[in-house]
Amino acid sequence: MSKNAVNREIPGSISGFDTLKPFEGAFTNTPLVRKQKGVRNLPKLNKMLDTVEQAIMKTELKDGMTISFHHHFRNGDYILNMVMDVISNLGIKNLTLASSSLTDVHSQLVRHIESGVVTKIYTSGLRGELGQFISHGKMKNPVLIHSHGGRARAIESGAIKIDVAFLGVPSSDVYGNSNGYTGKSACGSLGYAKVDAEFANKVVLITDYMVDYPNTPFSIHQDQVDYIVKVDSVGDPDGISTGATRITKNPRDLLIAQNAAEVIISSGYFEDGFSFQTGSGGASLATTKFLSEEMIEKGITASFGLGGITSQMVKLHEKGLIKKLLDTQTFDDDAIKSIGNNRYHTEISASYYANPLNKGCAVNKLNVIVLSALEIDTDFNVNVITGSDGVIRGASGGHSDTAVGSGISIIVAPLIRGRTATVVDKVQTIITPGETVDVLVTDRGIAVNPRRKDVLERLKATTLPIFTIEELKDKAQRVAGTPETIEFEDKIVALVEYRDGTIIDVIRQVKS
Amino acid sequence: MEKLRRTMLYVPGNNAGMVKDAHIYRSDSVMFDLEDSVSLSEKDSARLLIFNALKTLDYEGIETVVRINGLDTPFGVDDIKAMVRAQPDIIRIPKADSADDIKAVEVLIEKEEKLAGLKVGTIKLMAAIEGPLGVLNAYSIATASKRMIGLAIGAEDYVTNMKTKRSPGGVEILFARSQIVTAARAAGIYALDTVYSDVNNEEGFLEEVRLIKQLGFDGKSVISPRQIAPVHKIYTPSQKDIDFALRVIEVIKEANEKGSGVISLDGKMVDKPIVDRAERVIAMAKASGIQFDEEDDK
Amino acid sequence: MRVVKTGIAGTLESSDVMITVSENTSTGINIELHSIVEKQFGKQIRKVIKEKMEELDISDATVSVNDKGALDCTICARLEAATYRAAGIKHVRWEEK
Repeated sequence: MSKNAVNREIPGSISGFDTLKPFEGAFTNTPLVRKQKGVRNLPKLNKMLDTVEQAIMKTELKDGMTISFHHHFRNGDYILNMVMDVISNLGIKNLTLASSSLTDVHSQLVRHIESGVVTKIYTSGLRGELGQFISHGKMKNPVLIHSHGGRARAIESGAIKIDVAFLGVPSSDVYGNSNGYTGKSACGSLGYAKVDAEFANKVVLITDYMVDYPNTPFSIHQDQVDYIVKVDSVGDPDGISTGATRITKNPRDLLIAQNAAEVIISSGYFEDGFSFQTGSGGASLATTKFLSEEMIEKGITASFGLGGITSQMVKLHEKGLIKKLLDTQTFDDDAIKSIGNNRYHTEISASYYANPLNKGCAVNKLNVIVLSALEIDTDFNVNVITGSDGVIRGASGGHSDTAVGSGISIIVAPLIRGRTATVVDKVQTIITPGETVDVLVTDRGIAVNPRRKDVLERLKATTLPIFTIEELKDKAQRVAGTPETIEFEDKIVALVEYRDGTIIDVIRQVKS
Repeated sequence: MEKLRRTMLYVPGNNAGMVKDAHIYRSDSVMFDLEDSVSLSEKDSARLLIFNALKTLDYEGIETVVRINGLDTPFGVDDIKAMVRAQPDIIRIPKADSADDIKAVEVLIEKEEKLAGLKVGTIKLMAAIEGPLGVLNAYSIATASKRMIGLAIGAEDYVTNMKTKRSPGGVEILFARSQIVTAARAAGIYALDTVYSDVNNEEGFLEEVRLIKQLGFDGKSVISPRQIAPVHKIYTPSQKDIDFALRVIEVIKEANEKGSGVISLDGKMVDKPIVDRAERVIAMAKASGIQFDEEDDK
Repeated sequence: MRVVKTGIAGTLESSDVMITVSENTSTGINIELHSIVEKQFGKQIRKVIKEKMEELDISDATVSVNDKGALDCTICARLEAATYRAAGIKHVRWEEK
C-alpha cells in the first residue's frame, strides 16, 4: 500500500493484475497535454517545427534506419528531393528508402545512392535516369519492387518497418489533421500515405497550406502525427495533376478502347451492379467512355468504380451511372474536386485497396479491370516494368493486385509500338502471372486466355477479331521482324515481389 | 457479294507511321496519297515509301488505292511506273477533266504492265473529278476505260473553280454530286463522296454522310480513322429494313417453290427492284457485321 | 551508281528513319547507326542497309541512320531515296525492279 498523488491508498499489486502503478499527477505520464491549465498560450498546443532539418533531428533519424514517402504528387513532387538533401547534409548514411513509388522527378536520388546515403530501396516503380542507373548495376543492393497491395501487406506485417515517414500533404492543421483535396497542391486521395501514417514509428507531415483546426474530413489524423513542417511549396501543381483528363484523339487508342469495351459488354460481366476499374492510359480511359455509352443505352449502372479515379469516372458517378467511387489515387483536377465534394467518392488506403493478407481488400470485389502492358507473352504473363531494351522504366502498381482480384482482367495495348512487338515469347520481367490475366485486346486482334473457356465462347459469338495469342505474336513478328535477344549481366539489380511477398522474378543488369 | 466501298481512308504518302498501320482501322479501302499531301521535294521519297510498303506489308485484304500525281506534273509518269510494279488494287487519278485524262494513264499503265511482265488489266482505275469540266464530262470519264471502277468527287478545287466555297448543307456541290453519282450509276461503277475535313465536328460529319447516302453514293473518302465507324454505322441497314428484306426473300423462295407468278407481301406486289433492294440490304448487313441465324437461310 | 554529294531522306517521326548518305573518305559502306531499337534490331538494320547498297551497286558511302523504330521496308525506302539524292539521280530505275 502506498498513497498516490491524490492521497488514496493504492495496493502495490492485486490478484488478477500484475503490479499496480499509483497515479502520479495528471501531467506526469502524458507528455502531450497542457502542463498548466488556465494559461492559454503556454505551451502552444501544436506540432509545428520550423524546418525539415529540425524534424529530422527530432525524429532521431540515424544511420541504417528506414524512411518512407508517398507518390501522390507524382511528377510534381518536391518532398522526397527536399528531405533527402537535408538528410544528406546531416551526414546520415545507409538508409533504406521505402517509397510507395518513384517517378522521373526523383532522378537526384542517384547522387544519394552514389554517396551511400541510400543503400536499399523498396518501391513500386522506377523511371528515367534512376531506372537507367539501377538497371546498369550501379547500386550495390538490388531494389525490391512491390505492388501497391504488396507494399501495404509488407508494412502491416512488419516486413517493412518504417522508422520515419515523411509525408507531403496538401493541407494540415497544427495538430496534424490533413487531407489531400484542400490547398494549392491538392492531389486528391492520400491512400498510399495512409498506410505509412498508421504504421511508421515517427510521422512527419510537410505541407504548404495550413488550415484552422480541425481540418476535417481528414485522411491522416492527429493521433498518427509527430511533427509538422510548413514549407513554401510541396510540389508543382502542373506535375501533381492535369486538368480534366481528356479522352484521347489517338485513333489507335480509340480502336483498342472500342474493342475493349465490346469485350466487356460481351464477356458476361456486363450486368447491372457490376464494378470496374480502368487505368489512366489513353486506351483505358477511352474504354470507360465507350462502356458508359452502352451503360446508358442498356440502362446498366455500376455498383462502384475503383482505383485510380479520373474525371471520366467522376462524370459517370455524378450522372448516377457509377453509384460509388473507391479512390486510392486521384488523377486529375475534376476528380480531386470530387473527392472533396461527393459524399460517395470515398478515399481508401492502399491496404483497403489491395492488401492480399488483410481481412478483405477492394480488388476482391472487382468484376472488371482494364490494364495496360509493355509486354505480354504467350503464357499471358505481363511485364509493366522493363522496356524492350531491358531497362527499368515502369511500375508494378496495382497491376497484379487487380488482375487476380477481378472477375475478368483485360490487358489493352497496341500489338506493335514503333518496331517493338508487345506480344512476345517470353516477357523480360513478370509482374503479373499469366494465370491471372484473361483477355488481351490490341489494335490488330484480341486473344483470350485458353483458361477462360467461358469468355472465349462468348466472344467467339461476336464479330470481334479473335485470335490465339500465338497468332498475335506471329502477326507482330511478321510486321516488325524477329528481335535479337537482349543480353544481361549476371548481377541482379532488382527483385520483383509478388503481392504475397514471394519473389516472382528478378531483373538483371543490362549489358552496356 | 459486291465489294463494299463505304470508306476510303486517306493516308499521307510520306508518313511512315500511318502507312504502316493504315489497314488496322478496317476501312473498306485505304488510299495512299502521293499527290496533295506530299510536298514537291518529297515526291521521290514518298513514292519509294509506298512502293516498299505495298511490296512488303500485308494489308490483310483491305483494298489498297494509290492517288498518283497528274500527268501534267513532273511526277505522274514515275508514279505510274512505280505503282504498276507495287501493284495496289487501284490507281486513283486526280483532277480528271475528260476521258482523255483516263486514257493517257491507261496507255502508260498498259505499257508498264507489259514491261514488268504483269498481266495487262490487273490494276483498276478510279478518277476524282475536281472541276466543272470534269463534272460535265462525268459519264465519258466513267466509261473511258474498262479499268474504271469508280468516280470520286473532290469538292475543294471544284468550289473554288465555281467561285464559291463549302457550306454546311453543301448546296454548292449538290449538282456535282448528283451528276457524278448519276454518271457512275449509268456506267455501272462506284460513286464516292468527297472528304469532310473538320474532324472534330462529328454532328456535321454525320449529317453529310446521311445526305450522300440518300443521294445514292456508295461511300466517302475519310481523312481520320475516327470517321470510319460512323460511316459504317449509317450504311448499316436498320433492323426494320433487314426484317423486311428477309421476308421479301422468304416469299420469293416460297413463290419459286410453288411456281406461282405474281408475288405479293402485305398486299403489295413484290417486283424486281424490291427484290434487288432486299438482296442489297442483306449483303450490306452481313458486311456490317450483323449475324444471321443460319436457320433463316434454309 | 556513285555517291557524289550528301543526300538525306526520311523524318524523325515515330516509325520513321532519317538517313543521310554521303561520300566515304575511305572505301566500303560505313554505317553510323543510332536506333531506339538498336539492341533488338541493330544487326538486322545493318544487314538491310548493306543488302540495299549492294542492290544499288554502291560500294563506297557513309550511311548515317537515325532510326525511330522504322520497319525494314521503311528503312529500304528512305535509304534508296537518300542514295538517289546523293547520286544526283532524279529518276529511279523502276524498270529494274
